[in-house]
Amino acid sequence: MATMPILPNMPALDLIKSFKLKTKQQELLIRVSILCLVYILAFITRLFSVLRYESMIHEFDPYFNYRTTLYLTQNGFYDFWNWFDYESWYPLGRIVGGTLYPGLMVTAALIYRILHFLRFAVHIREVCVLTAPFFASNTTLVAYFFGKEIWDTGAGLVAAILIAICPGYISRSVAGSYDNEGVAIFALLFTFYLFVKAVNTGSLAWSLASAFGYFYMVSAWGGYVFIINLIPLYVLVLLITGRYSMRLYVAYNCMYVLGMLLAMQIRFVGFQHVQSGEHMAAMGVFFLLQVFYFLDWVKHMLSDTKLFQAFLRITVTCAVAVGAIALGLGMLSGYISPWTGRFYSLLDPTYAKDHIPIIASVSEHQPTAWSSFMFDFHILLFLFPAGLYFCFKRLSDATIFIVMYGLTSMYFAGVMVRLILVATPAVCLVSAIAVSATVKNLTVLLRSKNKGVQTGSTKGSSSSKASSKALLDQSQPFQKNGAIALLFGAFYLLSKYATHCTWVTSEAYSSPSIVLAARGAHGSRVIFDDYREAYFWLRQNTPPDAKVMSWWDYGYQITAMGNRTVIVDNNTWNNTHIATVGRAMSSYEDEAIEIMRSLDVDYVLVVFGGVTGYSSDDINKFLWMVRIGGGVFPVIKEPDYLVNGEYRVDKGAAPKMLNCLMYKLCYYRFGEMLTEYGKPPGYDRARGVEIGNKDIKLEHLEEAFTTSNWIVRIYKVKPPNNRW
Amino acid sequence: MGRASSKEDVGALFRSLRSAYAATTLNLKIIDLYVGFAIFTALIQVVYMVMVGSFPFNSFLSGVLSCVGTAVLAVCLRIQVNKENKEFKDLPPERAFADFVLCNLVLHLVMINFLG
Repeated sequence: MATMPILPNMPALDLIKSFKLKTKQQELLIRVSILCLVYILAFITRLFSVLRYESMIHEFDPYFNYRTTLYLTQNGFYDFWNWFDYESWYPLGRIVGGTLYPGLMVTAALIYRILHFLRFAVHIREVCVLTAPFFASNTTLVAYFFGKEIWDTGAGLVAAILIAICPGYISRSVAGSYDNEGVAIFALLFTFYLFVKAVNTGSLAWSLASAFGYFYMVSAWGGYVFIINLIPLYVLVLLITGRYSMRLYVAYNCMYVLGMLLAMQIRFVGFQHVQSGEHMAAMGVFFLLQVFYFLDWVKHMLSDTKLFQAFLRITVTCAVAVGAIALGLGMLSGYISPWTGRFYSLLDPTYAKDHIPIIASVSEHQPTAWSSFMFDFHILLFLFPAGLYFCFKRLSDATIFIVMYGLTSMYFAGVMVRLILVATPAVCLVSAIAVSATVKNLTVLLRSKNKGVQTGSTKGSSSSKASSKALLDQSQPFQKNGAIALLFGAFYLLSKYATHCTWVTSEAYSSPSIVLAARGAHGSRVIFDDYREAYFWLRQNTPPDAKVMSWWDYGYQITAMGNRTVIVDNNTWNNTHIATVGRAMSSYEDEAIEIMRSLDVDYVLVVFGGVTGYSSDDINKFLWMVRIGGGVFPVIKEPDYLVNGEYRVDKGAAPKMLNCLMYKLCYYRFGEMLTEYGKPPGYDRARGVEIGNKDIKLEHLEEAFTTSNWIVRIYKVKPPNNRW
Repeated sequence: MGRASSKEDVGALFRSLRSAYAATTLNLKIIDLYVGFAIFTALIQVVYMVMVGSFPFNSFLSGVLSCVGTAVLAVCLRIQVNKENKEFKDLPPERAFADFVLCNLVLHLVMINFLG
């Protein structure tokens, strides 16, 4: 080797040489920088609607969460915990403190307090809007550690990347979607990670952490039932496959007892852990585990197998008998309540349609179509089976868990669209294993030289070493070219995934639902801000104790933004009250006014999309009002509103339909309105027909306010006539 | 024939169990005693509940769960401290005891909150 030439700028070269890191440090640097970038990516990809419209809360449910968080920050925790809300469900009121999951509100209030402590004077609404993206970023970190626990750091990184942009998760965690799921998915993955870590290490500290994770999940979302059923199922599978160990005992017992005790601190959950059928699996597995390990201990102590067999027989029969008697007594006497309708309809999807129309009417509860799966998962849909294959090749306690999580959550995602959200972390993790293992195998092929397996990558798994050894016997260049081609294919697929996810986020999941946008005649954007216009009118032009009757979809928004008392809202806890409102909306005006006077209604609010072509208005929801009202009051019969089984609003519609309150309120003065060029006046753009009853006269109500695009219409109930 | 053999089976069972148990070390026996005491306390509470009724339910649950919880945690401690368990070979017993104390602390704090 030639002598080193003396370079002019020696100090700079020394500086560069001092930066040369060892391989391990380089790897750490790469990993940390990837995680930082993924963290930032997960946050900013959810900000589309904040950039396009403004920083506001979306949809319906988040408005209730926002209102309660506002109350919490203004009045403190004790007032919040014991709050009785008299402004909703008039005249019944609602015990808010005992009927909500406080995790989300407490989290947002905590972040708000911390920011104020650091002298960032932000408004609570900003904190609420950005809570979900912040927790989505945290979820990517948890996914990294989880992937590292299940497989290795490569899979962890890929999992973090996949879950950062996966549309199934983005749909419920965009900025502005201030809902329980935004925080709950983080809590779910965190609890699962801590539990798998506890099973792998057998340490009481990790089990305690997983109990706290479970407590956070219980405080955040009703879907915690998934955790308390999946973990016992997992323990059962481990017992059956013979992988039981002392670590499993320590992990499950500590987590179950402490987790159950912590979960019962939430008033909404209460004593369900010992009384509800949905939680009995966990208790059953708890007792089973005690019996199992007791028998194992006795077997270890006794050296004689024959005696042990006798002991085994006695104990098992006693235990099974006692368990069966206790369970039977509990269920028969009604002490252990059966599965509630919400969760029973997951096991039997046809149950809700026949028995509980309110659950059946929610669009998120419908079964999932294949297009939804493709839309929300894209390439993960076929990477998931590939990942399952890799998991089965290298079975361990952790991979068994992720396989079970994946399969059960995919089943539930198939039953209900909303639950794609729960399946997303599992699908991302399993697909990450597939991607990481495939890329590793291919790069091992690439990096292997002619010398053979010694120079193979040290990071390859044993299976890849075996495969590379076998393949090296064949012709080298073809293998290398094939590997390069496959790698390019893999990267192409991943780049298509990223493009698809960004497109989906931008087009489908970033709409605030309370502000509508459309393309005008010249391609310019037209914004319909009618909802907020109407609620603000209510806030400023009605007496403070006015009561507003509307369909339950808008209840939360009216109380949060309009600050007025409502009759029914999205909580839907009282079916009869909702049916009363439904009956009022579907009756003739004379009958309806009796119902409205009995409920002290001052204003009626309806949503109408005939002028703008907005299709989620009350006329399209009307059949549900009839069904729910008819479910409780037999005087409302659905066939009265249909013609030949068809739902129409034009001249051929049923007379009851043409004269019911909802029709009159929506189409009042609409008969003179010209909506579209070349169509007659009174042309309903949402239904595409000319309406049947154009000459509407209202006797007991008068029009109070109609928004600029006729989307929200508010009517005032006239006081009774003077009796001279 | 079956009755007599099962009787002497049971007797032989108890004898061999007793002799095998006598061979365990002292610290494990202390933990076993503690577990037995906790279970016994839980049983007393259940009997009392059967006699008197279960109102207020949260107090009953917190009492029983604290006994069951501390029994379960003591069993976990026993597992981790037992020299015969290969899986916990390199876990120092001080660490196991510290975990035990921490979990008990959390258990009793939550129990006090739940007692009502």
